[in-house]
Amino acid sequence: MQSALNLDAAFAAMADPTRRAILARLATGEATVLELTEPFEMSQPAISQHLKVLEDAGLIVRRVDGTRRPRRLAKAGIEAIDQWLEMLRRALEKNYDRLDEVLAAMEPHKKGKTR
Amino acid sequence: MSKLTLKTEGDTHVLVTRRFAASPEAVYRAHTDPKIVQQWMLGPEGWTMPVCINEAKPGGKIRYEWKNGKGAGFYLTGEFLELQPYSRIVHVERMHLPDPTPDNHVETRFDPDGTGTLMTMRMTLPDAETRTAMLATGMEHGMEASYVRLEQLL
Repeated sequence: MQSALNLDAAFAAMADPTRRAILARLATGEATVLELTEPFEMSQPAISQHLKVLEDAGLIVRRVDGTRRPRRLAKAGIEAIDQWLEMLRRALEKNYDRLDEVLAAMEPHKKGKTR
Repeated sequence: MSKLTLKTEGDTHVLVTRRFAASPEAVYRAHTDPKIVQQWMLGPEGWTMPVCINEAKPGGKIRYEWKNGKGAGFYLTGEFLELQPYSRIVHVERMHLPDPTPDNHVETRFDPDGTGTLMTMRMTLPDAETRTAMLATGMEHGMEASYVRLEQLL
């Protein structure tokens, strides 16, 4: 409720594969710039720039912990990731719903005779 | 009510479970007979699998090719490692988009569950980065759907 999600900024932010990968990484827990830099072949300033874009879009937030500034997903970022998981879940569910029908057609043939 | 669960485990695993109202033998056969696989492993509506190679023996080849009838298509290749009829299949697979993705090691178990079957699929990616890349790639499709929805709003 505190700030309406800026859709344009969110879509622009997510149009970049590195930023999507950062979101996916943050889905597994909060991380510092240093930790986020490791898996990507990029300089720390380049990652910081990506983080700023994600932050301005309202997809991630930072926390102050002494000298550390760990980033984590904001509500909008969590929703973006959830949406992806939901898509994958739906694609798999579609396959297995089809399999239910195939199995229902298979089973009766087995009943009378054993192969 | 969803019968399917999908979650990540540790740094490198993805776990999928699903119940079926059929025997483990039937569900196992539906995963190892190419004529049956071709009927259901199709993904979103509108896609078909014109090529389905599934040699269910250790070292046997897997090749699935999907087409959407509008010029788009991609394929997956893999090899079977272990097969225990009708309880367990271990295989590796990779998508070709067209560059091959890193190997996804998949163990699929079929356990009796009342009169049906509980299927548990455990995917293992080589490292956390690869799984992250898989998540990010998957998100492309979610993004596409989001854009379509956004266009409807505008």
